[in-house]
Amino acid sequence: MYLGKVIGRVVSSAKNEALVGKKLLLVRRTSDDRTVVAVDAVGAGAGEDVYVCRGREASFPFSPEPVPTDATIVAIVDTVNDYR
Amino acid sequence: MQLARVIGTVVATRKDPRLEGKKLLICRPVSVEGDDLEGYVVAVDTVSAGFREKVLVVQGSSARMASGCTDIPVDAAIIGIVDDVSTD
Repeated sequence: MYLGKVIGRVVSSAKNEALVGKKLLLVRRTSDDRTVVAVDAVGAGAGEDVYVCRGREASFPFSPEPVPTDATIVAIVDTVNDYR
Repeated sequence: MQLARVIGTVVATRKDPRLEGKKLLICRPVSVEGDDLEGYVVAVDTVSAGFREKVLVVQGSSARMASGCTDIPVDAAIIGIVDDVSTD
């Protein structure tokens, strides 16, 4: 899982049926500035810091619906404490 | 998921029987602005995407959750055709 920031959204009409009604957001990863498209599971919005789950587990928030996603926003970050 | 553009097709005659009838497309990752990035991925098409169309590619075992891909040997699938990308 990693931290990121919502920087935009993606609109797609022709898509997998399981993705109908799901919000697709552009997330910029904090660690390396790579941009990924993630399915929103928590109602995240523009500019918010979020927590993204990737891999097979990314579809678990929608279980038992078989949503084909490898990146899902599972939390909106309030604060991060870095003790380094 | 990755934004990508369809840049070609793959034809394979001898393959796993479960892949028969599946369209294999070569997809090049693109940036939010639409510029081509490094590398490519061969993905199974589940939404009837066409040449040069911008698509959404899902990778890893999640690709098998795409329609018609259950229990077939696939680790990349096209699951959407992108109409628009907007940034804030």
